Amino acid sequence: MKQDIILAGVGGQGILSIATVIGFAALEQGLYLKQAEVHGMSQRGGDVQSHLRLSTEPIHSDIIPRGAADLIVSLEPMEALRYVPYLAPGGWIITNTVPFVNIPDYPPMESVMAELNRLPHVISIDVDAIAKEAGSPRGANMVLLGATSALLDIGGPEVFRNGIRRIFGRKGEEVVAANIKAFDAGFASAKQQ
Amino acid sequence: MADKQLLLGDEAVALGALHAGLSGVYAYPGTPSTEITEYIQGHPLAAERHVHDAWSSNEKTAMEAALGMSYAGKRALVCMKHVGMNVCADPLMGSAMTGANGGLVVAACDDPSMHSSQNEQDSRFWGTFGMMPVFEPSNQQEAYEMTRAAFDYSEENGIPVIMRLTTRMAHSRAFVTPSDTIRVQNELHYPAHPKRWVTLPVNARVRNRELIQLYAKCEADAAASKLNSMVDGPDHSLGVVACGIAYNYLMENFPDGCPYPVLKVSQYPFPRKLALKLAEMVPTILVLEEGQPLVENMLRGVFPTQTKVIGRIDNTVVRDGELSPDEVRKALGLPALPTFAPSQVLAPRPPALCQGCGHRDFYTALNNVLKKDYPTARVFSDIGCYTLGYMAPFNAIHTCVEMGASFTMAQGAAYSGTWPSVGVLGDSTFTHSGMTGLLDAVNANADVVLCISDNLTTAMTGGQDSAGTGRIEAICAGIGVDPAHIRTIIPLPKNYPDMEKVIREEIEYHGVSVIVCRRECIQTARRHAKQK
Repeated sequence: MKQDIILAGVGGQGILSIATVIGFAALEQGLYLKQAEVHGMSQRGGDVQSHLRLSTEPIHSDIIPRGAADLIVSLEPMEALRYVPYLAPGGWIITNTVPFVNIPDYPPMESVMAELNRLPHVISIDVDAIAKEAGSPRGANMVLLGATSALLDIGGPEVFRNGIRRIFGRKGEEVVAANIKAFDAGFASAKQQ
Repeated sequence: MADKQLLLGDEAVALGALHAGLSGVYAYPGTPSTEITEYIQGHPLAAERHVHDAWSSNEKTAMEAALGMSYAGKRALVCMKHVGMNVCADPLMGSAMTGANGGLVVAACDDPSMHSSQNEQDSRFWGTFGMMPVFEPSNQQEAYEMTRAAFDYSEENGIPVIMRLTTRMAHSRAFVTPSDTIRVQNELHYPAHPKRWVTLPVNARVRNRELIQLYAKCEADAAASKLNSMVDGPDHSLGVVACGIAYNYLMENFPDGCPYPVLKVSQYPFPRKLALKLAEMVPTILVLEEGQPLVENMLRGVFPTQTKVIGRIDNTVVRDGELSPDEVRKALGLPALPTFAPSQVLAPRPPALCQGCGHRDFYTALNNVLKKDYPTARVFSDIGCYTLGYMAPFNAIHTCVEMGASFTMAQGAAYSGTWPSVGVLGDSTFTHSGMTGLLDAVNANADVVLCISDNLTTAMTGGQDSAGTGRIEAICAGIGVDPAHIRTIIPLPKNYPDMEKVIREEIEYHGVSVIVCRRECIQTARRHAKQK
């Protein structure tokens, strides 16, 4: 098993929490993992990405080659497009449909969605709405993780719930419950698609 | 065996240092090095062992504190980003002359591609320059093990060791299995060669000769080290020298093993003996190294040889920027993988000052004054979040060179006849290297307006302590600025009229003015609110 994943979004949206939960899940399953991320100036409201690689065999590079990503997981639709050259021909994109507009020249949404929909394997989800519906409005990132988990070869949803318990545990039961609820809602929504 | 831990490269260095018996860590925050010190500060073993830690005023003071601890026989770590090495160059070069007593490791984190930096300088050059060994891990497990080895090597040979990381090593996570054995900390003990530590010419001349010999021994050690390994391959049409993480990008392209002989390098001085061995096997050597072409330059002579060396200099490998599996693939002559075309509608999303940030209100008020009434004004700034004042809609600064340059460049420009000449830096940069420049301004009675946009933290790197918090005005007064011209304002939209009045008054005063513009960073303010 080998899966290369690009996590994308805007600084502050919570992509690193997604990466951390997957990391714990990978540890539990005895997989190799490498996860490269960018800190510092690039975080200040700019685009943020993380390369996450999982494998049953040792992994060499910390970054994914272009044309090799099995998945692009994005909390923002235009940010999903930024990494399309990394996507493998048979790879999937799972993206939030809600734009994060903090630049003056954000392209028209129709053209963003049109480009996304021209690609062969795209799942687009309004994760903000699902998070709200699940009563966990700040859990959009966990909704997206839930939706993504169905495409990851790391085991069933319980493995990820364990990861959520581990990373949010010190923030209290309530936070854990809200994040698991968001995760479950995302998982259910992907099953529907 | 101890449990596997998911660690950043930075954290693996930190854990390696703790397990090597560290007694003190000193640093100035800088991407991508900050997490080394933060990890140690948060680790229970550091608390249990009373490992001393400090965010120093700057990299020079950090290096000197570590050298002092090494003098006293204990193990010390200094951490900084690559440009911090310039700031601490004086004690760094001096530390090769004094040598180390307790193990001394200097962690230098380079940022090729300048994700969050102003240049691409390669810290391995300091090793050649100062005659110090450099260790360069290629994965997180190595980062842990090599940090431990670096402390031992430093102590055994009485020489500081530079640990060189690059962004993708520092800021990438993988599982690390730590060793079961945790070394004890050193007891206080003073140098066996006390003369070395007083670098008067009479002593320094002696030590310099010893150091030259030691550096030759270090190269012999590097040639014999298991950190530098040669693996043969069936295809002898090419040989590869792969340094640090470049090795990973090479192997990524050969999942079934590299067909060419490979010299993997993680310990410097570069082992020339091993390169000669490689040259006996192959006609052409490809050098893959992250950063500047240090090894390539060394192998590439002036005179014709039978061995052809290829790499960044002849553009076989991309000349600047960080390496990647794709760039290495290209250099190996392998076809690119098929990809989807890049998006046609994509817009760049550059970093920006946070909404609600005090720097925004400061720049708005400054622009309201300068752009309206003082079109000849020049604004000199430097390194910090406030550098983002360069971006639209502010377009508020004209220069950014290095930490602290704002105050001193503003003076030089003022002496040239520029008026108004305005300097802008942050509180942490002020105490890092702006204070001495302020003293120059006072001594010369320069006609400058020097602004400290004080957010009570080192914000850009995530909110570390700022050395002068709560004492900025007192420091300025102590340096000799006339207290009548040390003005404090609170950057908020409702205060624009007051802020603009103060800025105008200080421009019209023909001497040294300091405007302290103070409001807490909104990121740390949010964190503090949550903690309550």
